[in-house]
Amino acid sequence: MSLIEKTASELLALQNTGQLRAIEIADAFLSAYAAREPKLQSFMRAPDADAIRQQAEAIDKKRNNGQPVGRLAGIPVAIKDVLCTRGIPTTCSSQMLEHFVPPYDAHVIERLQAEDAILFGKTNMDEFAMGSSTENSAYKASRNPWDIQRIPGGSSGGSAACVAGCQAPLALGTDTGGSIRQPAALCGLVGMKPTYGRVSRYGLIAFASSLDQVGPFAHDVRDCALLLEAIAGHDDRDSTSVNDPVPAYTQSLDQPVKGLTIGVPKEFFGQGLDSEVENAIRQALKEYERLGAKLIDVSLPHSPYALAAYYIVAPAEASSNLARYDGMHYGHRTATKGDLIATYCKSRAEGFGKEVQRRIILGTYVLSSGYKDAYYLKALKVRRLVKKDFDDAFQQCDVIMGPTTPTAAFKIGEKSNDPLALYLSDVYTVSCNLAGIPGLSIPCGFTRSGLPIGLQLLGAPFTEEKLFRIARMYEAVTDWHTRRPQL
Amino acid sequence: MSLSIHEVRKVAQLARLELSEADLALMQQQLSAILDYIDQLNQLNTDDIEPLAHPLPIHNVFRPDTETPSLPVEEALRNAPSRVGDYFGVPAVFTDEPISH
Repeated sequence: MSLIEKTASELLALQNTGQLRAIEIADAFLSAYAAREPKLQSFMRAPDADAIRQQAEAIDKKRNNGQPVGRLAGIPVAIKDVLCTRGIPTTCSSQMLEHFVPPYDAHVIERLQAEDAILFGKTNMDEFAMGSSTENSAYKASRNPWDIQRIPGGSSGGSAACVAGCQAPLALGTDTGGSIRQPAALCGLVGMKPTYGRVSRYGLIAFASSLDQVGPFAHDVRDCALLLEAIAGHDDRDSTSVNDPVPAYTQSLDQPVKGLTIGVPKEFFGQGLDSEVENAIRQALKEYERLGAKLIDVSLPHSPYALAAYYIVAPAEASSNLARYDGMHYGHRTATKGDLIATYCKSRAEGFGKEVQRRIILGTYVLSSGYKDAYYLKALKVRRLVKKDFDDAFQQCDVIMGPTTPTAAFKIGEKSNDPLALYLSDVYTVSCNLAGIPGLSIPCGFTRSGLPIGLQLLGAPFTEEKLFRIARMYEAVTDWHTRRPQL
Repeated sequence: MSLSIHEVRKVAQLARLELSEADLALMQQQLSAILDYIDQLNQLNTDDIEPLAHPLPIHNVFRPDTETPSLPVEEALRNAPSRVGDYFGVPAVFTDEPISH
């Protein structure tokens, strides 16, 4: 296995035993970036090679001098372009923020730097994280490394493509309705949306504030746990950040959960689920049974309504959050002279892409006088029902399992003219965000044509540690996570 | 539920988005399809259900009211589309003449 195909944990171990230097790692991934980027289009801009090499050399020096190094020392981490990086352009893949250079770092970026990780460039995404394919990026569509005619998923598609394509061993994404788990599933990666409040949103450019959460992409469960361990924890600049200690996820990973009970919701196996995906999920469940787990039927009766509720709540919050882009303090301002309102309307029409405009208008509509009760309030009531379904189910089981996505990766352009069809690819992931619970996607097989399939694990709030242990039980007896695409 | 062009135009105006006639028509068609899908929520009786705006019980978080450094003027203005001295340059609100220096 070549250097770039290794996991972060392996790269750390090789450095700790003196067999590998951080500068060699940096150079290997910079070469992989250069060689593969024309195919994959994972990144918004080229990673800053000079800064990366300088940082790597500084870490090697620290190690040579016997100084302590952080938990991610010398490990390149790619960053979704929705997270603010001081002095490094942060665009949200939007024309609106084409020239925006944040004056501060997001909390998660500070955490990565404190652990000596190497910031390895900013990844492409659906504009303002709205989409499921990266086709809504104002700049480019990223490609699925397993088949470059296909989408990598979204909105964190660039982050998924760059890890699956071995341009970086780890990446950060954000998940508002599935934007980490869906691309992780479609690219054969492990990806987690943590419990709402587990990771600070400070410096995360807001889409839907009651749903957004930052999380990791990795090749395997250990790496995913390692990265979450680094970024999780309290930050008083985000009032929804929870002040509970962060468990040492990587330490308990290999302890199987005894007497594991898995809830299987029938609602996740209905119409629209591709048969190859269903077979892979059923096989994975059988594997868990062989490991001693008990499968029980659970019901999430309101989950079929979660997507409709989500497409009210998320656009409503987005229409409010994105009102800040008025072309006055930062962001795009139209060159056309006009009065105040005309300047707002033109700047926003020029700066935002079609999907963002569609969601702003939808959100404005469902919040507007006369419709707020029928739509927004109704959706919030359904949100409570969705959450209660999970609360009830977790009385009976440790984890809920099902498919992450209804199908494997679709072709570029296949759904781009039908927003509703595209929204339906989030059908299994959105309920987790509405309920605020943690969700993990792990690789569990491939279609006959070689496309990855993801198994979704959902847990009660703040049970990330247990989810990692459960995921690791399956990973330890399968080899899906060791496969890498031919590029 | 279907939306009229008139309604889409009004909402676009509220959202401060200038849309062409063609965009309005496309938006009308796509939003109507999405609203049709959303209408399935009406199959649920939610009369006695409390709305849930936030997944976690959230409460006010207070901090001591102490002075901390704020963003330096130069950094705050670095992303400004237009700058006039130490201020953000913006179109004049009460005249048609844009501000110039």
